[in-house]
Amino acid sequence: MNLMTPAAPATVDIAQTIANSPGYWSTVLSRLLRDKVTLFFGLVLLLIVLMAIFAPLIAPADPYKASMIRRLKDIGFPGHPLGTDHTGRDMLSRLIYGGRLSLFMGVLPVLNALVIGGLLGVIAGYLGGAVNMAIMRTMDIFYAFPSVLLAIAISGALGAGIGNAILSLSVVFIPPIARVAETITTQVRNLDYVEAARASGASSLRIIRIHVLSNVLGAIFVYATSLISVSIILASGLSFLGLGTKPPEPEWGLMLNELRQAIYVNPYVAALPGVMIFLTSLSFNLLSDGLRSAMDLKT
Amino acid sequence: MLRYILIRLLYTIPIALGVTIFVFALIHLSGDPLNAVVAPDATAEMVAKLRAAYGFDKPLPVQYLIWLGKALQGDLGNSIVNSRPVLDTLLAAVPNTLMLAIFATMIGFAFGCLLGGLAGYYQGSIIDKLATGFGIAGVSVPHYWLGMVLVIVFAVNLQWLPATGMGAGGSDAWKWDWEHIRFLILPAVTLSVIPCGIITRTVRSTVAEILSQEFVQALRAKGLLHGQVMRHVARNAAPTVLAVMGLQLGYLLGGSILVETVFNWPGTGYLLNDAIFRRDIPMLQGTILLLAMFFVALNLAVDILQTWVDPRMRRS
Repeated sequence: MNLMTPAAPATVDIAQTIANSPGYWSTVLSRLLRDKVTLFFGLVLLLIVLMAIFAPLIAPADPYKASMIRRLKDIGFPGHPLGTDHTGRDMLSRLIYGGRLSLFMGVLPVLNALVIGGLLGVIAGYLGGAVNMAIMRTMDIFYAFPSVLLAIAISGALGAGIGNAILSLSVVFIPPIARVAETITTQVRNLDYVEAARASGASSLRIIRIHVLSNVLGAIFVYATSLISVSIILASGLSFLGLGTKPPEPEWGLMLNELRQAIYVNPYVAALPGVMIFLTSLSFNLLSDGLRSAMDLKT
Repeated sequence: MLRYILIRLLYTIPIALGVTIFVFALIHLSGDPLNAVVAPDATAEMVAKLRAAYGFDKPLPVQYLIWLGKALQGDLGNSIVNSRPVLDTLLAAVPNTLMLAIFATMIGFAFGCLLGGLAGYYQGSIIDKLATGFGIAGVSVPHYWLGMVLVIVFAVNLQWLPATGMGAGGSDAWKWDWEHIRFLILPAVTLSVIPCGIITRTVRSTVAEILSQEFVQALRAKGLLHGQVMRHVARNAAPTVLAVMGLQLGYLLGGSILVETVFNWPGTGYLLNDAIFRRDIPMLQGTILLLAMFFVALNLAVDILQTWVDPRMRRS
């Protein structure tokens, strides 16, 4: 749906997901442990997240403290291992702190979309008929926008701010998640054993809770991991345009924007925040790919 | 076929209408749309006068219909900043974005097909691993950052290509000569990375899937040469790849705002960015409406073309 959204899983292999027994998950785990690339980038991601959480403990300096005499120092400058930015603030500390807002703004929209989109998709798929039409055709309208444009349209109209950026990105990710949830729910609803459960008197809520969710959740979780990588790029992109965080907050996209003019003075320092965005997004993508292939027992 | 096209067209109408409703609603998202035009010290009488002049005193559905009627006739209103018709400003910027997006799609297509084709053919080889890695990196890279890196390398360090703009001295008069094409290279390459990654992945999986089918074995058994077999594979992969490419062009048209901002490229994205920061709501609305409609039309065209090339794709 977007500039870069990965294709949604169109169908689930029911026979496989039904086998979601403890045995299935231990097989998935052992397959994951053998996948070195996924493990490595999972570890990188863990480090980035830990770094952001424990920023006050790790960061060597105050990320807000400017210094007129130490502006745009190069990497390796004494006391500033990754140099300083255009107002003399310590880059290493700002990169460490920057992960907090960048990860928050990247992950939260996908979590919002997971709940809202998942709910809408399950409702549309389970009830079918007019409700399905109403929900899914509304989703189609949002599919008519390239995701970057949709995010910028909403946050541009609402104005700059972290909350508005998160809101606009949530809107971007609800339709694709709803579509996946709807497809799977429709498939599960028509299975023989679900019909049998209904015939034996199980309530709709019980069927959704036990049979539908167990199939939907796994699929949309894996899909959501890959959406997070897009979300991180877009969230930092909004900040890069000045639509997300405001100065002097440390946030990777905003830092990149502030250092745009500095590429003529100190290009390596100016490019650093982008390296962090790239690394985070890449890790989420590879982790999602690894999870997907580990969960697909056919290969 | 004609019937299919008509059905597809009919299906597009509600979506197009939905898009116009969404774009119309944008103006009311940020609260009272008058805030952008009224001076903070305006009297209540002046505010009421302006409200009537802009038509904001009418009920919302009426406002929507009036706005839609005007938009259908090509009247997207006037810019708040310079009072010029939005459509005129937009039409001047569209060719620049179109040029950038088409160029980027072409680069992405050429590299993606080459890399993906080789990867699909030599599955498991080094080329395959490189192409797969490149595909993932292509969709993971923040392209606004990549643009900055390319500027650092090719404009600042090597000084081969200009850093920003689309002509010497900030001029935006375009000509197809080297003096101007030089300005197009860096933004187009930056923008091409995403379609390149996606097309690489698509071509790889499509080629791999086709090669595993029985008809390829039959062709080989028949004694066809390597190149002849590949021609069959290419013909079978073409519809999928073309469809992906068409959609990518649409994404690039709408998504070039970040790259246009990095390179000061005077296209629609640049207009949009400017409109957001001057709170020029008619300009914002007009640009988004045009880009979204373009995307809807492109989707339709891709669908119809795809069915025309391969009738098996026809949707019920």
